[in-house]
Amino acid sequence: MNQPVLGIEDLRVALPAWSDRPLAVDGVSLTIDRNEILCVVGESGSGKSVMAKSILGLLPAPHVRVVNGAIHFENRDLLRAGEGEMRAIRGGRISMIFQEPMVALNPLMKVGAQIDEIFRVHTNVGAQVRRRRVMELFSDVHLPDPERIPDSYPHELSGGQRQRVMIAMALALEPALIIADEPTTALDVTTQAQILTLLKELQGKHGTAVMFITHDFGVVAEVADRVVVMRDGKLIESGATGDVLRDPKADYTRALVSAVPSLHPRHESTGDRPAPALAIEGLNKIYGGRAGLFGGHGRRVHAVRDVSLEVPRGHSVALVGESGSGKSTLARCVVGLEKADGGDVLLNGENIAGYSRKQLKPYRHLVQMVFQDPFASLNPRHRVGDIIALGPTLRGTPRREAWDRAHELLGMVGLQPEAAGRFPHEFSGGQRQRIGIARALAMEPALILADEPVSALDVSVQKQVLDLLDELRRSLALSMLFITHDLRVAAHVCDEIAVMRHGEIVERGPTSEIFASPGHEYTRQLLDSVPGKGWEH
Amino acid sequence: MNTFRQRFMGNPRVIAGLAWLGLVVLVAAAAPLIASHHPFEIVAEPFLIPSLEHPFGTDSLGRSIWAGLVHGARTTLVIAILATLASVAFGTLVGALAGYFGGLVDDGLMRLTEFFQTIPSFIFAIVLVAILTPSATSLIVAIAVVSWPPIARVVRGEVLSVKAREYVQAAVLVGQGDMAILFRQVLPNTLSPLIVTGSLLVATAILIESALSFLGLGAPNLMSWGFMVGAGRSFLRDAWWLVTIPGVAILLTVLSINLVGEGLNDALNPRLSDL
Amino acid sequence: MTGLRLLRYIVRRLLQAVPVILGVTVLCFLLLQLAPGDLAEVLAGESGGASAEYIQDLRARYGLDKPVLVQLAVYVRNVFLFDLGFSFRHSSKVSDLLLERMMPTLLLMGTTLVLSVGLGALSGLFAAIWVRTWRDHVISLGAIIAYATPLFWVGLMLILVFSVWLDWFPTSGMENVVMFYEGWDRALDVAHHLVLPAITLSLFYLALYARLMRATMLEQRGLDYVTTARAKGLTERQITFRHVLRNALLPVVTMAGVQVGALLGGSVVVESVFAWPGLGQLAFEALFSRDFNLLLGIFFISACLVVFVNIVVDVVYVLLDPRIKVDE
Repeated sequence: MNQPVLGIEDLRVALPAWSDRPLAVDGVSLTIDRNEILCVVGESGSGKSVMAKSILGLLPAPHVRVVNGAIHFENRDLLRAGEGEMRAIRGGRISMIFQEPMVALNPLMKVGAQIDEIFRVHTNVGAQVRRRRVMELFSDVHLPDPERIPDSYPHELSGGQRQRVMIAMALALEPALIIADEPTTALDVTTQAQILTLLKELQGKHGTAVMFITHDFGVVAEVADRVVVMRDGKLIESGATGDVLRDPKADYTRALVSAVPSLHPRHESTGDRPAPALAIEGLNKIYGGRAGLFGGHGRRVHAVRDVSLEVPRGHSVALVGESGSGKSTLARCVVGLEKADGGDVLLNGENIAGYSRKQLKPYRHLVQMVFQDPFASLNPRHRVGDIIALGPTLRGTPRREAWDRAHELLGMVGLQPEAAGRFPHEFSGGQRQRIGIARALAMEPALILADEPVSALDVSVQKQVLDLLDELRRSLALSMLFITHDLRVAAHVCDEIAVMRHGEIVERGPTSEIFASPGHEYTRQLLDSVPGKGWEH
Repeated sequence: MNTFRQRFMGNPRVIAGLAWLGLVVLVAAAAPLIASHHPFEIVAEPFLIPSLEHPFGTDSLGRSIWAGLVHGARTTLVIAILATLASVAFGTLVGALAGYFGGLVDDGLMRLTEFFQTIPSFIFAIVLVAILTPSATSLIVAIAVVSWPPIARVVRGEVLSVKAREYVQAAVLVGQGDMAILFRQVLPNTLSPLIVTGSLLVATAILIESALSFLGLGAPNLMSWGFMVGAGRSFLRDAWWLVTIPGVAILLTVLSINLVGEGLNDALNPRLSDL
Repeated sequence: MTGLRLLRYIVRRLLQAVPVILGVTVLCFLLLQLAPGDLAEVLAGESGGASAEYIQDLRARYGLDKPVLVQLAVYVRNVFLFDLGFSFRHSSKVSDLLLERMMPTLLLMGTTLVLSVGLGALSGLFAAIWVRTWRDHVISLGAIIAYATPLFWVGLMLILVFSVWLDWFPTSGMENVVMFYEGWDRALDVAHHLVLPAITLSLFYLALYARLMRATMLEQRGLDYVTTARAKGLTERQITFRHVLRNALLPVVTMAGVQVGALLGGSVVVESVFAWPGLGQLAFEALFSRDFNLLLGIFFISACLVVFVNIVVDVVYVLLDPRIKVDE
């Protein structure tokens, strides 16, 4: 039996006194073998990142510190290694890839120099050799134009390119272990697929051990050889990927796995098409192009281009696209937060495109939004009851009545009616999204526009909120336009889907049909990129 | 996580600052009771060194320095606070309108703010007071006119960031009007940086007021700390206390305001103090 | 950054400065209108003892019988031709006076800028390196006290200690005129006179930059790119000097630009305390002779100076930060 590359033994990491719990990591033991990808899965606050950081001694001292345990690596205990010894290991024998490549790179330093620095710190090779090694690394991670990219600054590269730079940096000295902390979470799904492929390719080539930290079971299914599940600092379950995904032992793991929405569309398209609650025809939106006071021309961006779309009454339509596809801009035009540059937006047959704010007033209640960020969508200084009752009161409902209705609505979205008297900061992310839904319902809208309503939530909470939205839509016969980047989410709640790229809708139709046989190349690419697409639970 | 009150009042610097400020405010409020003499009244021989009878000595004309200090506290505080209130009010208005409405309104107002930030403010204040003829009112006007741009920038920045938050969009969607959104949804959430900047501005206002008074541009008939330093500078060689004592008073007061302002900032933004 | 693009940037910034200067001119005109008496009387200087004919002549030259807008146009034209009027008090053209008094102020300002930015950044850097040790506490305490001290009082205290008691430095002036020094001796003499005023003016800004530098250093040290550097195996020293320092300097450079105007204001106070023969001292004299026109001339030239220094600071910033787009 091979000796494992890394062995963690009963690791305990203490949190500062003001935290909600004493230990961030509570008695974790695990091993990683050579040529193995181990996925560490957990929701936010599970302690997975803290565990990873403590391997390299990168905890934010003095508040967060290791209180017990041992980390065995190449015949020594990293927790008892001296500072000089640790520095030789960092970057040399163990390297790390972070979640946000934009902030993980020094903004004022060329990316080539940032990699070069590793060779300068750890080796004695000359400048020319180093330069050649940097270029080799850049071609290893398939960065285009390895002559030019080293002389670029991080802000001149795309998100995917920056993450490739980070990977090149991690590979520089062929370390025994790479720790990747949510390395694809900040990336678009197609870029994520490319980066995952690259990581697997390079890991196979060099036989490196990889500790891959993620919250996404799809990613686990895609890359992991073995998986450990963490919750509240404790290790809940570990095993071979196939076993854990197919037959989880712990209740928590089972709940997590079953919370991942299936890629099989749940709703069959019924075929009958009632009159549309929302009809968009030939909508355009162009940003920029306005000349500044002292010359200078803003760059023109055609954010939405000739888009036509319908949401039939009582149906839910998913608008799917990656960042920058124009889907959020389209949404803002529909609700009148943004003025369209041509085209029609018909709400219940009334064309509101180009209406001023005053003209919009009588139609405002017809379409309401559920927002993405549960921490920014509720005014922290207002009581929950006032937040929900604001709209109806502005439309003339007496305050008392509006508050009574707010109590009812809170019950409908699964919260205690007493929540009305409290302030937003007393609620969790999922509960806040419920409050946001209640606020939208209070206006009795014909159409709900949900803009990535679950992308900021943990998986288990995601499922609950999605199910709530789906159930409300059916019981109240609501129409819904659902904006998401996540095809699994789309499959879970929507009977129709429209795929958007570069401001245009490339394909639309019933979800089940498009998933079964995508017509457009880009749709196929998106479907292929969904992590863990081959895995169904 | 501690509450705001614990973080604020548990900070020894804040306590020290509040103690001195409390003393100054008390003394300023009760000036006529504490100092039996009018500050411009000649009470003894000139140049008396501090003693039991005249705790801070007398100046070149034989006026009581204690009386000057006590009445000077009044002048300095009232002028600084009124000037700060005026510039906070104006700066908030400009910043809020620029940040909320954006576009041409923002362009215009920000050009104006940058302009006022570019011109050398203290020299501008000197010119203003000189041309308006020195008085308490012209001091307040001059200080306010040169102090509002930082407030406008802070408020604009905050309004821009709050405006982008989704609860503001939600308010638009339920049909709340612009002014109601600005005053009920946006501005209340910009208060904490505004309070911090505003409180630190009082310190700057005191420094400007005393520098103007030192140059002889103070309000005539009103004793102030800067004026006392200015009047005593010719006698530096022989009567050091004329200059030293009021200077220390200015220093301690400005220092205390800064300590309290920073304490407020640390208590309102706890992450920074965790570093 | 190619030289040509930088040059284009500088030219554009210079063009953008024109409306600002125009604004200052209009503001000067408005202030003249605010002053008691009509424009000619103000321009002549109240205690200047100008003859009645001269006042008549001024009225004609500035078109005071014409509408205000014409007066404004005449005024703006004159200012842009650098004709700022005549000071009877000094029996000299205002523009000549300003040019003559500019050099001492520039010397004082330049010295102060170098001293305060250099030492300020350095002490902030060390305070951050030694954070929460007694050395950090000493620097931070010194900074917060210096930050609260009125300039004029610092000047007077320094005179009291170093001139009156210790007799190390002269109390006033820029040079010992009766000695007729030349060459290096003269430079040394000026430097000797410069010590106290420069320290006085620097102290406040030194404290400001030290506090800013310390705060940004600490803030930057918490950012992810520092964790990356640490994960690469760099020493704390390498992290500080190769990565954090340059990032932390950017806000200090910005602040230095913002503070130039205040620095000029401070030099009025400092020059009047040390009788330093610069623009500030001239302003102090103009105040007492109620020579508003001269005062406005000083205000105008100071504003031009600030605009110019701001452009220099912007160019430095562009060189330091690759993220700034120079061709918009």
